[in-house]
Amino acid sequence: MELSRRDLLTAFLGAPFAALACRERPLPLPPGELVGASDTIGHRLRGGQAILPVRWESHDVVIAGGGIAGLAAAWRLAAAGVNDVVLFDLEPVVGGTSRSSASYPWGAHYIVAPSPENRVLIRLLDEMGVFESGAGGAAGFSPPTVSGGLKPAAPLVTGVNAPIAEQFLVRDPEERVFYRGRWYEGLYLHAGASNEDLRQLKTFESEIAKWAAFRDGRGRPAFAIPMALGSDDAEVTALDRMSMRDWMDARGFTSPRLRWLVEYATRDDYGALMEHTSAWAAVFYFASREQRPVITWPEGNGRVVAHLARFARPRTSWLVTNLAPTESGVDVIAVRGDEAIGIHARRVIFAGPQFVARHVIPSRETARFAYGSWMVANIAVREHPQSSGFPEAWDNVIYDSPGLGYVVSTHQRGPDRGPTVLTYYYALSGGDPRVERERLLSTGRDGWAEVALADLSRAHPELRTLATKIDVMRWGHAMVRPEPNFVWGEGRRRAAEPFRGIHFANTDLSGIALMEEALYHGVRAAEEVMGGGGTWL
Amino acid sequence: MTNRTPILFLNVLIIAACGLIYELLAGTVASYVLGDSVTQFSLIIGLYLSALGVGAWLSRFLDRDLAARFVDVELAVALIGGLSAPALFLGFARLEWFHLFLYSVVFVIGVLVGLELPILMRILKEHLDFKELVSRVLSFDYLGSLFAAVLFPMFLVPRLGLVRTSIVFGLLNAAVGLYGTWLLRPILRGVTVLRIRAAIVFVILLIALFRADVLTALSEDELYADEIVYASSSPYQRIVVTNNAAGFQLFLNSNLQFSSSDEYRYHEALVHPAMSAAKTPRRVLILGGGDGLALREVLKYRGVESVTLVDLDPAMTALSSRFPPLARLNHHAFKDRRVKVVNEDAMIWIEKIRDTFDVAILDFPDPGSFSLGKLYSTRFYRMLRARLAPGAAVAVQCTSPLYARQSYWCIVRTMEAAGLKVRPYQTTVPSFGVWGFALARLEPFPTPSRVAVPVRFLDDATLGAMFVFPRDMQSVPVEINRLDNQVLVRYYEDEWRKWS
Repeated sequence: MELSRRDLLTAFLGAPFAALACRERPLPLPPGELVGASDTIGHRLRGGQAILPVRWESHDVVIAGGGIAGLAAAWRLAAAGVNDVVLFDLEPVVGGTSRSSASYPWGAHYIVAPSPENRVLIRLLDEMGVFESGAGGAAGFSPPTVSGGLKPAAPLVTGVNAPIAEQFLVRDPEERVFYRGRWYEGLYLHAGASNEDLRQLKTFESEIAKWAAFRDGRGRPAFAIPMALGSDDAEVTALDRMSMRDWMDARGFTSPRLRWLVEYATRDDYGALMEHTSAWAAVFYFASREQRPVITWPEGNGRVVAHLARFARPRTSWLVTNLAPTESGVDVIAVRGDEAIGIHARRVIFAGPQFVARHVIPSRETARFAYGSWMVANIAVREHPQSSGFPEAWDNVIYDSPGLGYVVSTHQRGPDRGPTVLTYYYALSGGDPRVERERLLSTGRDGWAEVALADLSRAHPELRTLATKIDVMRWGHAMVRPEPNFVWGEGRRRAAEPFRGIHFANTDLSGIALMEEALYHGVRAAEEVMGGGGTWL
Repeated sequence: MTNRTPILFLNVLIIAACGLIYELLAGTVASYVLGDSVTQFSLIIGLYLSALGVGAWLSRFLDRDLAARFVDVELAVALIGGLSAPALFLGFARLEWFHLFLYSVVFVIGVLVGLELPILMRILKEHLDFKELVSRVLSFDYLGSLFAAVLFPMFLVPRLGLVRTSIVFGLLNAAVGLYGTWLLRPILRGVTVLRIRAAIVFVILLIALFRADVLTALSEDELYADEIVYASSSPYQRIVVTNNAAGFQLFLNSNLQFSSSDEYRYHEALVHPAMSAAKTPRRVLILGGGDGLALREVLKYRGVESVTLVDLDPAMTALSSRFPPLARLNHHAFKDRRVKVVNEDAMIWIEKIRDTFDVAILDFPDPGSFSLGKLYSTRFYRMLRARLAPGAAVAVQCTSPLYARQSYWCIVRTMEAAGLKVRPYQTTVPSFGVWGFALARLEPFPTPSRVAVPVRFLDDATLGAMFVFPRDMQSVPVEINRLDNQVLVRYYEDEWRKWS
């Protein structure tokens, strides 16, 4: 079913946009492709018809899934000298929701600078040369001499004892928001805020600061990354039993711009509205990253994928269709096209999401997790669009838009003129994830390109004439949704437990979609398989 | 016909005024662009007068339909003369053989104007006796010249500017031609065709008049105190060159980059301390500095083997090497074989090269935007450091330590944070006021004491004095400018806002 342009814009952006867009005849749409996750191949799992393997192999460990979790498991095993490892991924390229093209991201695109307790992330970033003394810095660099009463400006990470090299930190200006014809610095709309708005913002900030400073009886923070290092104190987990909307209401946070900011955060990080997001997850978002700088690359977290993939030798375009525990290990069936192979594995790390686990491991009882859908459009433009007000930032957000704005892919690298790519994000954050998924998949490349252009044209009316190519990615199961009672519920805890030789690693096991969580679970699962030999966690 | 004759003499007046205006325009443009106004005016007047003669001689070959030919000539003068100034402005930045183009334009206009009066006199000879005719035509002709000569410097250039003056007089010429189709109606054939031609000329000139804004907007004329002699927009910036009695000024995005009257102070101060402080200044790097003026100073050193100049904007470096006034000012530095020009973003370029340099001169525009602020960051200076040979010296233009004190010291401290040993210095450039620089090496070093090449400004005593800072410019506490905080752009905006 293809909707008319007007219906389409009404459906995804709301009636005012449709009215706006229909005033004049639009230019033809720039070319582009639909580069979706391979849902048709994936959906073969639902059919359940078995293909008999043509041959059998034997391997020590099989990793099913080449997202950050699977790749991190391979990375950990390689370091432990476990070499007989095979990694399968159903897509032609690895990376999962962190995948990217050479110069722009298709999904996850930044990492919040690690706190000292996130040892595994610090290890990874150090390997990647992100710290000043590492390979990424200029040759022969020695730490700056601090004189004349100056504070060291670079954020220090204890444990590595070196600052993060500035080229990996988001280049200032980081974010701006568009409101009534002008751009303003920052994400909170300060322009025109009333005293009451500002009072509520302050109260909100001190509430967050309180949670950021919280330590439980064992000295654990309320919110840590990875979340496994945080507190499970009743006072903290109680937040999970209410929605963020209820939490805001209970505290009298009625200011529209504050509520917009908070809902922007839940939509941006969890793909869900406040009312469908657990207050624990929303407060986690603000309290766990408080004041920490953001690390990014032009291709987003694709840089991390490329680093980890060096340890994996992935077999891509292979769909793992069945995992059957046996007396001596696990039998794996993997399919590519009409070809199927079988592998006798000692252990398996299932690094896919739980909704896939249900089909692949029929013998296991799997809880139903909810996943939100996303659309990402990469809009190649001849020239950076014009702005009135605050100049172009890394993250550019339109106030009161159902979209999430765009990120400028060349922002980090430095050419501020000429062609660039704007990565536009749109979370289908409505109440029922299944309905939203239908909505996502019922619209094709052209439709989604229209949505992206119509949304951004509010701020950049000339965008359509600047765009040379618009590629669209449809993520049917982009992110696990931390709905109330989920993160600290029984289902999530049980899902991470090993099942007869199969170990689980995926960000959904944390209840929140975060590259850092995926990394943690990948390394944890690998260490379970290793059964000793020290931990990186 | 007879009763219309006085109006025809008014036409003579206008024709004469237009003719002189085109001549004056050509002379003015030539002296702006090529310099040496005595030579240029003398050449242009001579050429123009001789072309008038050629036109008068050619008139004998016209026998039939004199009235129609008169209208044609008027329209041709209107078109070529009217568009002469915009064509010359567009031409001089783009054409290698600008002289030839200029003289050809002058000659063609001269020939056409030379045709006008003989044809007109032949038309009028039917109605007046020869004595009367010669006396009236010539007196109106000279009167028109006087009119133009007075109007041109007093009103036209200051009010309309060269480009609009040219087009407006083209329109006057076209009006004379069009009016001629009524005036000469009784002896004219093919009136409709002539009127259509006139209409086309009018339309072209009117479009040119409105498009003149592309070349120099009226508002822009008001922005600059002096006559704009060059203006163009590259994808990167608006480049404007103005001219006044004291010399040339270059503006990028309305910010003064130099005035030819005192730029030597700035460029000597920027270049020579670094050239003196470097151990062996053989391979030199200039970042920014597309005007070629720092380059000129560097090329004074015989020992310099190669200079790499990296400037973002190809339009800027092309202008500096081809636009005669700029090329003269930089001593045709871009023609020197030792010079290699790279048109690229300095941040991206420096990340990928592997060469090393003995001297680096950083002549970027002031850090007034985030895309310029990155070129003053610890990241940038660290990458630069990695490209320095042992014993190398670096000079950085750092905005004014007086007007933008925090910005100035922010740049100095940022260079230090990147591991450079820095010696701040300042001097006075009348067009800018007090201006600041920073000299740096990889290891501690004494301030340089002498300049080894001929200079106009920097004697040894002045060189030493530049490193002394009066109280009102001394160090203030500042943050370090990093890519992820860009504090410098914020300091700069705050500080310069007070002065503008």
